[in-house]
Amino acid sequence: MKIYIKNKSDVPIYEQIEEQIRTQILEGQTEENEQLPSIRQLARDLKISVITTTRVYNDLADEGFIISVAGKGYFVAPRNNELLRERMLCDMEEALERAVTSGRNAGLSDDEIAAALRKFMEE
Amino acid sequence: MENILEIKELNKSYADFALKDVSFSLPRGYIMGFVGENGSGKTTTIRSILNMAKIDSGKISVFGLDSIKDTVAIKQRLGVVFDSLYLAEHLSVRQIEQQLMPFYSEWDTKEFHSKIKQFGLPEDKEVGSFSKGMKMKLMIAVALSHNAELMILDEPTSGLDPVARDELLDILAEYIEDEKRSVLFSTHITADVERVADYITMLHGGRVWFTGTKDELDGKYVLLKGAEDDLPDALREKCIGFHAYRNGFDAMLDTQYLDEVPDALVTEKANIDEILVYIAKEARHEKSSESDAV
Repeated sequence: MKIYIKNKSDVPIYEQIEEQIRTQILEGQTEENEQLPSIRQLARDLKISVITTTRVYNDLADEGFIISVAGKGYFVAPRNNELLRERMLCDMEEALERAVTSGRNAGLSDDEIAAALRKFMEE
Repeated sequence: MENILEIKELNKSYADFALKDVSFSLPRGYIMGFVGENGSGKTTTIRSILNMAKIDSGKISVFGLDSIKDTVAIKQRLGVVFDSLYLAEHLSVRQIEQQLMPFYSEWDTKEFHSKIKQFGLPEDKEVGSFSKGMKMKLMIAVALSHNAELMILDEPTSGLDPVARDELLDILAEYIEDEKRSVLFSTHITADVERVADYITMLHGGRVWFTGTKDELDGKYVLLKGAEDDLPDALREKCIGFHAYRNGFDAMLDTQYLDEVPDALVTEKANIDEILVYIAKEARHEKSSESDAV
């Protein structure tokens, strides 16, 4: 898993890290059950506060991206995880909605939009 | 959460300066940045914790022990790093170790020499000839070699180059990694604590202006800018460190009043440095309006 911080960004550090981890999990760049660095290891590596990394892991665990195993640490949640699946479906719906809106704005009929989607699925 | 350090209503007055009801606490396993302009009371507070200054009233507990009654027991488990070297300058690292060893029941020679080596310090040179960064590292090596659970650093980074400051942050982050140890880090170079500190205590004029997590402080104040005509009077009164110039004004505002800010004004997040500057501006206003009243 890749984690880094942009110092000169207006996005708070915890959001930057959360977004990176979410994206990598959603895009399948991580292994199921891959272990994450410990809260304190990550704070030390990035030279950020322990409270910040604690917040990142708590948020991601609440959202179902990672799971906490007592005494062992944090792991990427299994793909069949309910919360994660919901999140992916939600992402898909949002993307489809955007696609439909863009298509209609461009003057396409609903059939044409559906055809375009089918074409993508065949690729 | 257990507090490794607890200060309750500390008062200490000198002829021209006083600490007034200073209270804050630091939980075990975290780093606290202790900030404020020069003369705000950081060093007096630290001297009080170390029982180097006699306090007028209040209570300081370190590891749950009393700072005055149990001062000897506390110092066994405490590491200190000052702005200047408190060790004999004409001695070598080796000789300094011989001097210190008898004082600490848990002195770890192996750890000391491994740290000295890791920090790249020569063992046989007079420590007086060391650079500022090397002296700081020597004090840290001492602190790390007697199993100290709390490290107190008073302005360790003033006069250090950016590389040495970065190394220090690394050492501190490593130090607290085991969740059992804490750091109290006083500095006026706020960039050093902006990232790595979990808690911030901000002093101004001998009083605590803020104490809490850094995240809390992060969202607490904004800078407010724009044309004075667009600033309602009710909001003007809530401004901290208001400063008007020919084409506009700037001030700091508590984010609880964000709803009252008209669209014509702009806001941006205030960092620790900016907060310190606006607090100081506000204090100068108060002083000058007091003298106006006289």
